[in-house]
Amino acid sequence: MLDFPILSLLTFLPLLGAAFILTIRGEPEMVARNAKYVALYTSLFVLALAGYMLKNFDGSSGDFQFVEKVTWFPSLGISYHMGIDGISVFFVALSAFLTPICILASWDSIKKRVKEYMVAFMVLETFMIGTFCALDTVLFYIFFEAVLIPMFLIIGIWGGPRRVYAAFKFFLYTLLGSVLMLAALLALYFHAGSTDIPTLIASPVARNLQFWLFIAFFASFAVKMPMWPVHTWLPDAHVEAPTAGSVILAGVLLKMGGYGFLRFSIPMLPEAAEYFAPMIYWMSIAAIIITSLIALVQEDMKKLIAYSSVAHMGFVTLGIFTLTAQGVQGGLFQMISHGVISGALFLCVGVVYDRLHTREISRYGGIVKNMPIYATVFMLFMLGSVGLPGTSGFVGEFLVLLGAYRVDPVVAFFAATGVVLGAAYMLMLYRRVVFGPAVHQDAGEMQDLNWKELVNFVPLVALVLWLGILPGVVLDKTAASVNKLISQYEAGLVVTTPVDEPPRDAVQEPVE
Amino acid sequence: MELVAVFAPLVGFLIAFLFGKQIGPRGAQFVTCTGMILAAVMSCALFYSVILQNDPRVLHLATWIAAGDFEVQWALRIDQLTVIMMCVINIVSACVHVYSVGYMSHDPARARFMAYLSLFTFAMLMLVTANNMVQLFFGWEGVGLASYLLIGFWSHKPSANAAAVKAFVVNRVGDFGLLMAIFTTFVVFGTVQFDAIFTMAPDKTVDTFNFFGFEIHALTLICLMLFVGAVGKSAQLGLHTWLPDAMEGPTPVSALIHAATMVTAGVFLITRFSPLFEYAPFAREIVCIVGAMTALVAATIGLTQFDIKRVIAYSTMSQLGYMFFALGVSAYSAAMFHLMTHAFFKALLFLGAGSVIHAMSNEQDMRRMGGIWKYIPTTYVLMWVGSLALAGVPFFAGFYSKDLILEAAFASGSWFGQMAFWMGIAAALMTAFYSWRLILLTFHGKPRASAETMAHVHESPNVMLIPLAVLAAGAIMAGSMFYGAFANSATSPGHTQDIKHVGDMVSIWDKDYFFGDSIKVLPENDSVVAAHHVPKWVKLLPILAGALGIGFAFVVYMFREGMADKIVRAFKPLHTLFYNKWYFDELYNFLFVKPCFVIGKLFWKGDKNVIDGLGPDGVSKLSRGIAGRLGVFQTGYMFHYAFVMMIGLIGLVSWFIYRTMGS
Repeated sequence: MLDFPILSLLTFLPLLGAAFILTIRGEPEMVARNAKYVALYTSLFVLALAGYMLKNFDGSSGDFQFVEKVTWFPSLGISYHMGIDGISVFFVALSAFLTPICILASWDSIKKRVKEYMVAFMVLETFMIGTFCALDTVLFYIFFEAVLIPMFLIIGIWGGPRRVYAAFKFFLYTLLGSVLMLAALLALYFHAGSTDIPTLIASPVARNLQFWLFIAFFASFAVKMPMWPVHTWLPDAHVEAPTAGSVILAGVLLKMGGYGFLRFSIPMLPEAAEYFAPMIYWMSIAAIIITSLIALVQEDMKKLIAYSSVAHMGFVTLGIFTLTAQGVQGGLFQMISHGVISGALFLCVGVVYDRLHTREISRYGGIVKNMPIYATVFMLFMLGSVGLPGTSGFVGEFLVLLGAYRVDPVVAFFAATGVVLGAAYMLMLYRRVVFGPAVHQDAGEMQDLNWKELVNFVPLVALVLWLGILPGVVLDKTAASVNKLISQYEAGLVVTTPVDEPPRDAVQEPVE
Repeated sequence: MELVAVFAPLVGFLIAFLFGKQIGPRGAQFVTCTGMILAAVMSCALFYSVILQNDPRVLHLATWIAAGDFEVQWALRIDQLTVIMMCVINIVSACVHVYSVGYMSHDPARARFMAYLSLFTFAMLMLVTANNMVQLFFGWEGVGLASYLLIGFWSHKPSANAAAVKAFVVNRVGDFGLLMAIFTTFVVFGTVQFDAIFTMAPDKTVDTFNFFGFEIHALTLICLMLFVGAVGKSAQLGLHTWLPDAMEGPTPVSALIHAATMVTAGVFLITRFSPLFEYAPFAREIVCIVGAMTALVAATIGLTQFDIKRVIAYSTMSQLGYMFFALGVSAYSAAMFHLMTHAFFKALLFLGAGSVIHAMSNEQDMRRMGGIWKYIPTTYVLMWVGSLALAGVPFFAGFYSKDLILEAAFASGSWFGQMAFWMGIAAALMTAFYSWRLILLTFHGKPRASAETMAHVHESPNVMLIPLAVLAAGAIMAGSMFYGAFANSATSPGHTQDIKHVGDMVSIWDKDYFFGDSIKVLPENDSVVAAHHVPKWVKLLPILAGALGIGFAFVVYMFREGMADKIVRAFKPLHTLFYNKWYFDELYNFLFVKPCFVIGKLFWKGDKNVIDGLGPDGVSKLSRGIAGRLGVFQTGYMFHYAFVMMIGLIGLVSWFIYRTMGS
């Protein structure tokens, strides 16, 4: 345990950085430059702090650590309660890791309103880290929803031509989800008389209520994931977002759904989780197969990767709801790995987009000749996305499928077809962009990565390989919390269900 | 020693790949070749200490994946079976590395080429040294990756890229089967460690596993899933379509990956799992039937092709078929024997073909060759050696292994063994025929190439010929030298089980069986031992078939001009079928590839029209009517929307606080 409030520091330091950036005055160029440097140094400091947190995190315990608790609204029992366990720790680290990369990626490509852009990113980092640290539902909800605001701004101001449509779509989807989640959180509060997440986890909810609450949470998290068929906002949002926006969107924002399932749906509503699990399996399989097939026919690089994200998130939901140690660990690992790999893939798209200003696959081709380093880096992330053993992508997919196979071999069988389809669409993308004869002269003459871009890719490359070869760095720290989650879930089933009553009867009252 | 033998290629790859620019192509060639030769020497040393001194071992390196009750390690399992594979891989790979220095001497990216070759070798070594199924899968996918990279090495050629993607994706279908096998094994055995699985296997013979609602014999299910993996990697009938296309890669790649090593990984896989296959007779039956059909079908296609490399590719596929039907009748050591001899003579044939292509200024079509034997005599002789070994002419390597397989199939006494025997004999006849068709079309007759090409025909440099000579030595001697070791079995007398003390040596000269416990054969299934007691005619028939095929080829292509065309005309429908490779590609395109794209487009439209139409777009259309009147609020600026949302949020929270404070 540390003697200073590390989580609050992690959360609010970027906000401080943002405030500092706002005070910068002077020549526009000077302001832009200083804003970039402040943002970069702040985020690097946060990253270092996150590393320190990771080092001090005790992986052998499944309890919340670095806990801070201050009463906020005493009359309501609402408190400022922060803490992390093995489930959230790597999301905090991931947010801290991707933010400086995003700032570096925007260094030269963002030309207008640089100051505001950096402020938006700093605020975004605060909200992201806050979401994963909050242990009070009110606090959580504020962070969870507030994340959307800087994201809206990033897409809406610095985005592509159809940014209003994309943001509107995103808005409609998430609005529905967040309203329902708010209702669920209120219901939980009235039921248990507390907004404290550990207290809520410990207090069982009546079976009937569980189902309604589950559906409400599900609406919100499924949109965030996104699960098929509520995924259609994602390709549009990705396409219109600037590169760094896509990186954060795919890297961290999508993980909030999965995190929500693990933090709320499963430990608080175990019976409903058990009841709805088969439905979620088939929705996940639909996501994996259908969006993979859709990815196969895309002509837009970003859209293709966006659809592949939906497929990969299908593995996550599948793994989480197998409720086996392998499945949940795999789902968690897949989220972290996907955060790195898909973020990196969007960066790869960003590199060629900056040079040619088009995302159309057929405008590229034969670029390996002039850009060998880029081709190598892109290849590695492409293979990670395909799930080649030795990259981080494999470990997550493998564990998820293993967990699923234990629960239902048929489910795993269909989900595993994603392995074949994933290879097909990623290899086709790579082949059309990188290989082949250079049909378009401008594409063939693009310059290879400059040192700034290369520096940005190096940590991502290292992480993909490191996690692929020695995944223990993550799995060892998540194991205790995942085991605790599963035992909570199993205990939850026992508390409210009499042993001999078949579980399905409770919700559908037999009509006689 | 073990570490050097496995990791030297990795080090070579890393140096040549990361610092290829700094050290230049010369440096890259030097580093990778040195690494490979070192690894080859070390594997020979391992041959001595593990096989001859009978000292198999396992080396633990690190934990890989651990989650719940599932755990796998990075480890090197060095037993007899592994060492045989390591020797084959490292020796052939070292030859190919050195050969590539000459073959690729004009390629600007030769440093990268050498790096990929080393990467492949490392992945293959990880595959054979695996001590659990997941590390095996690591190597399995790793060789797939290297194969993908090397097939598509000339990335400016669209056909090479298409072939590379095809190879990877078709292999993934096989990998899917292997993945399922891993999962099933874990559920049935609770572990994926080899030792634990093999020890428990005899107790699991009555277990069943529920799959798609059927109660299936668990071991049979696992074995069939493993076999799906093997079919993909080893290009057996059904998932073979990638192999001929893979010939788009540079010829040394074809020799190393698509003849000697990677494609035999399936044979290795099944041999490794012999303790399971022994208890799954139905699975072995399927293996045998698919193998026999592959041997025959591939041979028929090989008869009609004109691309020199494709002929050899189909011959590889056919020979792999032999190995598989040997596995199907429990003749694991015979399959391994053929794997070894085949690695030598097929690599020799491919590299020889490469030498021809090199001499003919990159011409691969045999219709534009001919009459060049005088100009490249060394290559010519070496091609003869390879073909003699392939056709199973006595005292060359292929003779011993192929005959052993055919005899074992016959001796197994099962109907499918008998069937495989006769199909194997037919395939042997065709093999001999197309081998000499290749030699005669390529080297003899009138020159059919342009005068310009003919003027440039030249013998390859020594750096290419010396590796060929090494392989040729293997193709001549590997058979007679190791016959005893492979043709005995654990149940016959004079094997390693009798050697109790360390320091006692297994003597291959005394024809001792040296596999120890690494291959398991139940006494009642032991067709290798039974093979020694087959009738005389069974032993003679393959030789006869080979001689007939060779003779026939001489008649058709040397002595009677125009006879080939007459035969083609006489068997027009059959020839069309063979020439078009039994239309597998067309069938798969129609059944799988096209539908995937059509369905993908359909679902994409569905996303746009159905989901969005009912969802956000529909709602927006609906609200536009209302919004039209409230147009003031629709500013189009995102931060306005966001601001409104923030207000809404604050409103909700304050309502919530107000409510609860009031109550």
